[in-house]
Amino acid sequence: MTPESLGWRASDLDTDEMILNMGPQHPSTHGVLRLELRTDGEVVRAARPHIGYLHRCFEKHAEAVDYPGVIPYTDRMDYVASMGNSLGYALAVEAMLKIEVSPYVQTIRVIMAELQRIASHCVAVGTYGMDIGAFTPFLHLLRDREKILDLYEWTCGARLLYNYNWVGGVSHDLPEGFIKACRQFLREFEAMTYPELIDLLLKNKIFIKRTANIGVCPVEVAISYDLTGPNLRGSGPPRDLRKDAPYSGYENYEFQVCVGKGEFGPLGSCFDRNWVRTVEMAESAKIVHQALDRLEKMERTDVREKVPKRVKPPKSEIYSRSEAPRGQLGYYIVADGTGVNPYRVKVKSPCFTAMSVFHVLSRGMYIADIIALIGSLDVVLGEIDR
Amino acid sequence: MDLFFALFPEKWPDWLRVALSAGIPAVLLLTFMAVGPIVYVYAERKIAGFMQDRLGPTRVGPYGLLQTVADAIKLMFKEAIYPTGVDKKLFLIAPCLVVLGAFLAMVVIPFGERSQVADLNVGLFYVIAVSSLSTVGLIMAGWASNNKYALFGAMRSAAQIVSYEIPAVMILLGIVMMVGSLSLQDIVIFQEGGLTHWLLFRYFPIMPLAFVIFFTAGLAECNRTPFDIPEAESELVAGFHTEYSGFFFAMFFMAEYTEMFVISSVASVLFLGGYWSPLPNHILQHIGPIGLGPLWLIAKAWFLVFVMMWLRWTLPRLRVDQLMYVAWKVLLPISMVLVVVIGGLIMIPATRNGFPWDRWVGWPLTALVFGALIAWMAGARLSKKRRVQDLAA
Repeated sequence: MTPESLGWRASDLDTDEMILNMGPQHPSTHGVLRLELRTDGEVVRAARPHIGYLHRCFEKHAEAVDYPGVIPYTDRMDYVASMGNSLGYALAVEAMLKIEVSPYVQTIRVIMAELQRIASHCVAVGTYGMDIGAFTPFLHLLRDREKILDLYEWTCGARLLYNYNWVGGVSHDLPEGFIKACRQFLREFEAMTYPELIDLLLKNKIFIKRTANIGVCPVEVAISYDLTGPNLRGSGPPRDLRKDAPYSGYENYEFQVCVGKGEFGPLGSCFDRNWVRTVEMAESAKIVHQALDRLEKMERTDVREKVPKRVKPPKSEIYSRSEAPRGQLGYYIVADGTGVNPYRVKVKSPCFTAMSVFHVLSRGMYIADIIALIGSLDVVLGEIDR
Repeated sequence: MDLFFALFPEKWPDWLRVALSAGIPAVLLLTFMAVGPIVYVYAERKIAGFMQDRLGPTRVGPYGLLQTVADAIKLMFKEAIYPTGVDKKLFLIAPCLVVLGAFLAMVVIPFGERSQVADLNVGLFYVIAVSSLSTVGLIMAGWASNNKYALFGAMRSAAQIVSYEIPAVMILLGIVMMVGSLSLQDIVIFQEGGLTHWLLFRYFPIMPLAFVIFFTAGLAECNRTPFDIPEAESELVAGFHTEYSGFFFAMFFMAEYTEMFVISSVASVLFLGGYWSPLPNHILQHIGPIGLGPLWLIAKAWFLVFVMMWLRWTLPRLRVDQLMYVAWKVLLPISMVLVVVIGGLIMIPATRNGFPWDRWVGWPLTALVFGALIAWMAGARLSKKRRVQDLAA
């Protein structure tokens, strides 16, 4: 019995590519990303990301509230790393108003931003391990993220969306005993979680095999698609705003800009991006240590002393950028000089540009690699869609 | 079976004695297999909790013991949803086939010298045949679900299980040559006389390698990490059982855990002396009416099940092509060489039953493995305790 004897012809068979919708409710698209994959068996011929499922009109909303009122909205953009968003916005508005916050407040901001970087990378690296199939590092890292969130809750009462970095200051002073508790956390993190993560995940042969040769983003591509942050540094260039254009007193701290090394494969692979994030956690811990040292020697000032009663910048416009955990976060703010609301707020989101390179990197991959690629770009859909 | 047959009075008609002596072990075995997954799932959760520095289930019953029971009851009372466009017949048959494939293999597993449901003379062949049955179930499930992810899962499972059966069978071939029989009972009897007689420690560096290959292939056959690509939850949502809910889903779950136990018990029968105690001269063997055989076998199988869980919570998942690479370019050539080498060694009279150093190599090695295991666990416990104290300070 042959297919022909049953009346089937080879030409009747459907040999088209199959369209596979991955997301928006897929467990590994890191939120509500939808990917339209044209697959040939397990091989992906083309991938098209569809975004916008989490669009909440942040930029339009910002025009309807006053300057400090925008801060809670910025928290909701990159909800995994809220502290970085509000810091960037506060810096932009402060530059418009020409407010210089005290070194004490600057140090607090650095501590908070770097703790947030650790917490954010904990999620990024942990879920990346989970994308590859290793479940345990994720829970180890979330355990430590919880400790950071405990510190935040203790300071400002919130665990996810803080509204902490205000224009001209921060909302709450650090509580008594914060320095000791923070040092305790860093000790635990550096002595246990970090080496365990390296041993369990990053030195694992299967993990290296799964990530080191795929999603290779050459440095020219990375630059032409405007990748920033760990995604760019994974491809080699040591560009980091904390070093290149220091803000909030980052020039006073000693730390290294971590770059991908291409140890196990071509430079700029998924492994390198993930490696940069992992090493950055240790570097951030170093910065927090130094900041805590400075804080101990410093005189306490009122953290709200520079907070203006009414924010009404003169007619001007500004583009201000800062190094958020996921890359350069830019705020373009236009003030018309008449009202207390911004005329226009535009955000340059690092995740959005990271997503734009996706279709280039994903060509000809296996389905399993697509997951590895999304995870290594570490996008947060809240920030892409805004 | 003959154990029960002798128990019934001789004046009963033969057909009744046969029926009862077949029925009772079948019911016992089915109960054991059906209740087993509840224990394994609880164990898996607790082990995962231990490895991930969390508690695992604690609320339902003492130490959370009833959590899996509650989950099983919940799954039974949940509605089984048929998505639009499913092939309803296949959709229903598939989970049954998968469970059937897992359960059938238990028939020939010898739990003791006389506690075995059926001592088939083609036992090993039978195990291989029926364990492939579940593959058909998986493909059916994937096809019937009318879901692309399920289809991917089915394709992957077909490719994977077919590939990994070949190195496993190659290893079995070597064992069959050594023992000269396909019957599992004969294979166990061949290993009588304590730990040093186990097949694992014959031809010292060769058979441990064979065991590793067999165990790896076994992992792949029951879809466990690092070979869990058919249901890779981060890629294929849930693979072939994406569309299943309620009790049908529970059946897939049950099949997976039963298969783990089956693979582990087959591995213990083949390599770890089956129901024999590790001590020489039948120490701790013939106690009670049927002996301690079943306990030894279950203990060995559960140890291997534990190793599977341990691997699952430690290792990432391979990619499809890497999986195939491991099967065809690593495991298969090695196992083929092993078959030839074992065959050659059997031909030489001096090494007919193993190398001369096999007599003492087993003991220190076993002590080493268990010593390391206990040291690791104790170390983990200790560091956890210290951490808790640190936090309190």
